[in-house]
Amino acid sequence: MINLNNVSKTFTLHNQGSAVIEVINDVSFAVEPGECVALTGASGAGKSTLMRMIYGNYLTQAGEIRIGDLDIVQAKPRDIIKLRRDVLGYVSQFLRVVPRVPTLDVVAEPLRALGVAADDAQGRAKALLTQLNIPQRLWSLSPTTFSGGEQQRVNIARGFAHSYPAMLLDEPTASLDAANREVVLNLIEEAKARGAAIIGIFHDEAARDRVCDREIDVGRFTPGMAA
Amino acid sequence: MTPLLSVQGITKRYGMHFGCADVSFDLYPGEVMGIVGESGSGKSTLLNCMAGHLPPDAGRVVFDTRTDGPRDTITMSEPERRMLGRTDWAFVHQHARDGLRMGVSAGGNVGERLMAVGERHYGNIRDKATDWLGRVEIDASRVDDRPTTFSGGMQQRLQIARNLVTGPRLVFMDEPTGGLDVSVQARLLDLLRGLVRDMGLSAIIVTHDLAVVRLLADRLMVMKSGRVVEAGLTDQVLDDPQHAYSQLLVSSVLQV
Repeated sequence: MINLNNVSKTFTLHNQGSAVIEVINDVSFAVEPGECVALTGASGAGKSTLMRMIYGNYLTQAGEIRIGDLDIVQAKPRDIIKLRRDVLGYVSQFLRVVPRVPTLDVVAEPLRALGVAADDAQGRAKALLTQLNIPQRLWSLSPTTFSGGEQQRVNIARGFAHSYPAMLLDEPTASLDAANREVVLNLIEEAKARGAAIIGIFHDEAARDRVCDREIDVGRFTPGMAA
Repeated sequence: MTPLLSVQGITKRYGMHFGCADVSFDLYPGEVMGIVGESGSGKSTLLNCMAGHLPPDAGRVVFDTRTDGPRDTITMSEPERRMLGRTDWAFVHQHARDGLRMGVSAGGNVGERLMAVGERHYGNIRDKATDWLGRVEIDASRVDDRPTTFSGGMQQRLQIARNLVTGPRLVFMDEPTGGLDVSVQARLLDLLRGLVRDMGLSAIIVTHDLAVVRLLADRLMVMKSGRVVEAGLTDQVLDDPQHAYSQLLVSSVLQV
């Protein structure tokens, strides 16, 4: 479902002496449907960078990143927009929303974008928010004022609203208590069971061991860090 | 799929200066395109050339019309282009005063555009105008008041209502949130996003506010000295800018 072939990335900082930083060098791996692969490596190894490249958020200088039939590296913006709407989900570490929009609408939005009727989308959003222990009295409020853990859970609810065939999870269990961590791990296991291909970053080793089938050490592909 | 708007090689010179030089892109139905750049970068010139307010020196602006399919709007006759401006196109000015009739009531401002496309029944016009004032969160009791009695944010929302009442397919916006305080900006952004999603309209938004494009635009063009220096997915251009000028622009934003 997700295939990386000889992928490399450099950052060029034009305003800082045109410094060129090689961050990822020649990565290849594949993730099959129903499989969860963990990206590991020390802080700064490029785990999040690699994940953002797969999402199309960062440009890739060389190689090929295939999600289904689409090569993200060569794809036009509108094809990536469509891919993100239908196929590829991403739960980042931070929630970014339009101010003033109620939590329920934030969570339902990915489904609304797919053309799901407002009632059905809200129904799914309510179920997820309940599952993730967000009290009902908060649903009509904007998540911008919520605590870190609450924002993280709203972010996860939003990420799991649609059953994406491919998902990227950046630290989904960070800043969560034991009960909510359990809920999130169950969501990931359910997604795997229905055949989603998942790439995750987990600092929580127990969580990683439980949901991930394989690990890929990103440090091996980071020039200057391998030695 | 046919692009809704296909801009090909638009060039506008002011004497020896380039207003904008050789700009090309395609916009598809339902897409929102942001254009950013410092003042003087040519973004408003480009917008005015596309919207038919300024004649470009070279290039084509091909719009997929409802009746005749793709037509070059630059070579179209003036009445045809004006008709387009009243029906399928809308233009939201930076200063609401430029897009409103200040001596006519709020309801009249919205109703005028309806009458321009043939609506004649006074009751229907008034109902529609009141409905649209509600959608942009202006109280129905203000329908007979003149925009001169409105705050800046209300004037801007009234301008948006006036523009969208005829169900356009393409909206040009020049700094729609410029000069408004942040709480009003947030409300306007929320409103615009809902309208884009629910009406399926396409929009081209010129702004220098990167936070606005991140929330509203699917795609982004960065302009400098009349040229497009970088274009791509909005979050990609903002998070991993490639051109020296885009990097400078993104890194210059003050963190709140």
